Order: sequence, then structure tokens, then C-alpha cells
Amino acid sequence: MAGWREQRGKAVLLPMANIDTDQLIPARFMSTPRAEGYGRFLLHDVRRTSEGALDPAFPLNAHPDACILVAGRNFGSGSSREAAVYALVDAGVRVVVAPSFGDIFAGNAVNNGLLPARVSEADAELLVRTLSSGAAPGHADLTSGLLHIAGVSLPFQLDEVWRTKLLNGWDDIDLTRQHAADIAAYRARLVSEPGRFPFGGAG
Amino acid sequence: MNAPLTLLDRLWSIHEVHRGADGASLLWVDRHLVHEGSHHAFARLAERGLPVVEPGLTFAVVDHYAPTRRAGPIADPAIARMIDTLRGNAARHGLRLFDLNDPDQGIVHVVGPEQGLTLPGLLITCGDSHTSTHGAFGALAFGIGATEVAHVLATQTIWQRKPQAMRITVDGALPAGVSAKDIALNWIARLGADGAQGHAVEYAGSAIRSLSMEGRMTLCNLTIEGGGRMGMVAPDEVSFAYLRDRPYAPRGDDWQKALHNWHALASDADARFDRDVALSAEQIAPIVTWGTSPEQALPIDASVPDPETLPPTKVQAARAALDYMGLAPGRPLAGTPVDQVFIGSCTNGRIEDLRAAAAVLAGRKARVPGLVSPGSAQVKAQAEEEGLDRVFTEAGLDWVASGCSMCVGMNGDLVAAGKRCASSTNRNFRGRQGKGARTHLMSPAMVAAAAVTGTLCDVRPLLQGRVL
Repeated sequence: MAGWREQRGKAVLLPMANIDTDQLIPARFMSTPRAEGYGRFLLHDVRRTSEGALDPAFPLNAHPDACILVAGRNFGSGSSREAAVYALVDAGVRVVVAPSFGDIFAGNAVNNGLLPARVSEADAELLVRTLSSGAAPGHADLTSGLLHIAGVSLPFQLDEVWRTKLLNGWDDIDLTRQHAADIAAYRARLVSEPGRFPFGGAG
Repeated sequence: MNAPLTLLDRLWSIHEVHRGADGASLLWVDRHLVHEGSHHAFARLAERGLPVVEPGLTFAVVDHYAPTRRAGPIADPAIARMIDTLRGNAARHGLRLFDLNDPDQGIVHVVGPEQGLTLPGLLITCGDSHTSTHGAFGALAFGIGATEVAHVLATQTIWQRKPQAMRITVDGALPAGVSAKDIALNWIARLGADGAQGHAVEYAGSAIRSLSMEGRMTLCNLTIEGGGRMGMVAPDEVSFAYLRDRPYAPRGDDWQKALHNWHALASDADARFDRDVALSAEQIAPIVTWGTSPEQALPIDASVPDPETLPPTKVQAARAALDYMGLAPGRPLAGTPVDQVFIGSCTNGRIEDLRAAAAVLAGRKARVPGLVSPGSAQVKAQAEEEGLDRVFTEAGLDWVASGCSMCVGMNGDLVAAGKRCASSTNRNFRGRQGKGARTHLMSPAMVAAAAVTGTLCDVRPLLQGRVL
């Protein structure tokens, strides 16, 4: 995963709360290998009419090139399926702005270079008003912690650990291996603790 | 004097291998559970040519795509491929696999405790958000994404920032016909589907102590529906009695030593919680969801809400939910016709759940079709020994094998578009049980009542004079 410092692209409003991961990608698509691309599954059923046609009123159908999504609270709640993040990333989305995110989703997002930018409810409402007439150019800057959307500038909240990770694009497995000695010492202590290894299993 | 500690503090410090300067902890994982959906993580491992570092701590279960009708080959090649991929990964890395025809197969969150893989004081991860279930035993258990699954497979550790501590205390005695499911939907309706975001939730109070392990698992399972990644209950004699002699639980002297350690797993009386919420058990009624988020739930004697009367931030979501659910504001929830029912899932597919549903259905007929899928092959065998399967089949419901089944529909057990399902599961999200499906979440007893009347209804009158 490549790190990044800023993203520039089209900001689009998705004015719904509780957009859960089942909506982001319905379960029936999740047996697909990642190499085939997940972008076409993004919000697959939500963006279609009951007859199955793309709903022209759905913002992402008018703006399939969206880079920044502005959504309601509790974005990405529900299942731990990382496929929800794959669908966003493969569709070209790099930033989701919302007042709150599902905890597991937000972690998954950062692990795939997608910024979960948390803003206050008041700032979210300001963005909703700003974007209600249509999409606009947007800019997210990890270094300054600022969003610039349609001439409005406002700060976003992001855990420092996550900021570093997005900037560097680090792979945790490589980072963790630097602690191999600590891990080995910890494991050696476990053998004397009842229950830490399953009965009958190797300690 | 040391500062008072929460159960979360204790569990966290037990597992902390290293703490970075940025405050993130590297935690040891005692048990890692994988399933068919873990294929992305195994693929990532293969790309890097890495082994599973602790195959003895990694357990594989076929559940998400498990056909609930096991006779004959699997018709859908995509489903067969998912199961075969897990088999291949388990064989390649030397993992214990609970395969389809294993007498110990079941839903991962039912199998873990049943096998004694879940124990107090352990850290348990799984690529499934309902991993919070295992916290019912005083374990630190949480769902993770595929990148994290790959990390645990490769290192047996995980990076996490410690969540804040939240306590939900429920005191008093639960009225008849009211269960752990109702406690959970009650607090989620009150605090919101993001009410516990960023928090680990410890459940405390006399009503929690009175719950069986099955009830505590239901409660911890549903913590994620209120936004909390972890739920937990301090272990006690109820937990120990459940775990004794389970296949992977410690034996003999080790059991005694483990018990000694487990008794220390509790929050200090004066521990400080970042958030503290209290509920009275007596005031909890059977509850059903009316919308497309678990927070959209009301007692069964309530009416469908008028979105215009809700707080401004909830109005639009309520309008959209009622439109999707095909419900009219102001109409009583009770009496809403359902098309089918489902009893099962990691939330409510355990033996006690089946007994509660059977107590309502015994000697009665279901007016609508439905599926009963026990949470594991062991639960299925136990239910059949008790004759519960006959209660369900004589009522007209289908008694099938175990798996995630109609909770998520990956195995093809789906609710058709526009159909209304009374369901003992955990998510009423749009399309969760199938494209266009309308899900009402409720306790297994309430699902059974809906089957009997063909409508959403209060189970309590149907329990009059029955032995529970």
C-alpha cells in the first residue's frame, strides 16, 4: 500500500446515516477474488431502483468519479467485512467524511489507504448544505488535518497512529517483526499459565 | 495504593506484548478463529509466502457458507469453492478444521465456547464482528478485518489502541417472556447504533448475574450492534460450570490453577468507567425492530413511530426505513403480518434459545413457513434428544443443519424481496437477509409467537400456563 499526503478530487454528498457494510457491499458478492475488482459492487443495491436499473437520482450514479464522500453518522457500521473498504477504494474513493464511523470499518479503511475523516456534527451539516446543490472539488490534507470542499475549510479528527500509517503506507506485518524478540519472550512465559494453550495442544 | 482497575484494564495488561510511543498496543492473541470469509487474508499470506505462525492457536470453522440442507453435493459452484478454499488453507497450514460433517461443526461463535476454546482471560480474534460474543466468559474478544486477520495469522499478535471503558448495569429480575435479546435491543434503541462506539462494554448487575451463559453470549454478541467492538461479563460460577470438561478447557491441576486466576478477572468495586449506564430489568418489555437499523426498535405494544415526531437527526433515516419496510406511521406494531420466520444465528441459535421458542410452539401450528437452524451440530443433537425438533416440525417449520444461514444469506437461505421475516438474528440492515428483504429482529420466543399468529405479537399471553 502506498502512502499519501493529500488527495484532490470530486467531493460528493451521500446524505444518509448508518450506511452499514451490508449496504456498502451486499454479501452475495463477497466470494469474488479481489483481483477481479470490487468497485462495481459499491452500494450495489442502494444505487439501483427495485427494477435493477441505476437510479439517476443517486449521487454516485451522477458522479462515479467521486474521490471524497460526505456521509451521515455511523458510516461503515455492522460487519467486519473488509470488502466494504475494497469496494470504496476500487471505485476510486480515497476519503470518507462523516461525524462517526464503525470502529472495525475505520481500522479496515486505514489498512487500505482510505481516510475516515471524522468531523463535528455542525461541520457535517455545513458540508451537507455546501454540497446539496451538487458535487464540488475537494481536497484532504493529512499533514494539516484539514478538508477544503467547495471553498469551505474545516478540520477533521484522526488518530495519530492512523495518520502516520496513511502517510507512510506501512505494512503492519513488517513493523511487528521488529518486535520479534518481545513476542518470543511473551510466548515463552505463557507455557506456565494454565489455559493459555488449548488442552492437548502444543505449548 | 494502586489505582482501581476495570476488567478491561486487567485483560488488556495481560495481553500487552509492547506499547508503542504513540500509545498503540501490540497484543498477544490466544485464539484465532477463521472461516470461509477469511480467504482474503490467506491470499495475502500466500502472496508474501508466509506460514501461519501458530497453527495450534488457529481454528477453522465452516459456517458462513454452510448449506443447511446437507444431503447431496453443493449446487452453487461459488459456495462450494468458498468451502473448498477454506479446506485447502486449513490443510496447507495444519489447522484444526470443523468441517461440514464434523459432529462439532457450527457457527464459529457457538463452537468456540462449546469446545472450551473460549476461556476467561483469553484474547480472541476472528474476522467477524460478532466475535464480541466470547466476551461473555470474561475474554477480550473482538472482530477484525482481513488485513488484521492476515497479521494475526503471520504474527499471532494485533495492534490496537485501548478503547474506553463503558459499563451497562442491569439490576432487578427480568419479567417472564423477556430475555437477553430484549436487554440488548433496549439499550441500543436508547443509546443508538453508535452508542458504544470507541468503547468496550462491560455488563454488570443482578439481572446479568442471573443470566445463563447463553443469555450472556446473546448480550455480548449484540454489543457490536450498539457500536461497541467488545462486550464482556466478569466470569463467575455460571461461566466455570459451563466450561468444565469442555474438550479444549484445562484439566486436573491446570483447571484448579486456571480457576484461581479467573476469579481475579473482575472490575474493582471503585473502578472508574468512562461511561456508565443503568437499566432496570423490570422495565424491559419484549422488543421488536421496525426499521433498518437495530436502534430502530420499540416494545411490541408500541406503534410504528411517526418520523416527524423524532429528533431532527433521526427523521430522514426513519422515513427511508419505513418506506423500505412498508410500514405506516401510527399503526400498532402488533398485528403486522409476517411472511416467514427464522430461528438461529450466533445471536440466538443456542439450546436455550431453541427451548424458549419450543415452549411457545409446543402443540401449536405455525401460520407461516419458517426455518430453524441450530447454532451447531451439538446444539442440533441436544435439541433432538430433548424432542425440540419434533415441536418445530409438528408446528410446520423446517428443521435444518447448522450455519449462519438466513442471518446473512451467504449459503442461499434468503428472504425474497418485499417479504417480511420475524428473525432471531442480529441485523435488520437493508438487504441483509436478501435483496429487498424486510427483517424484524426479536427474541426467539417472540419469533415463535410471530409464527403462531402470523403477525408480530406479544409472546407473553402465549406463555400463560406454560412451563418455561
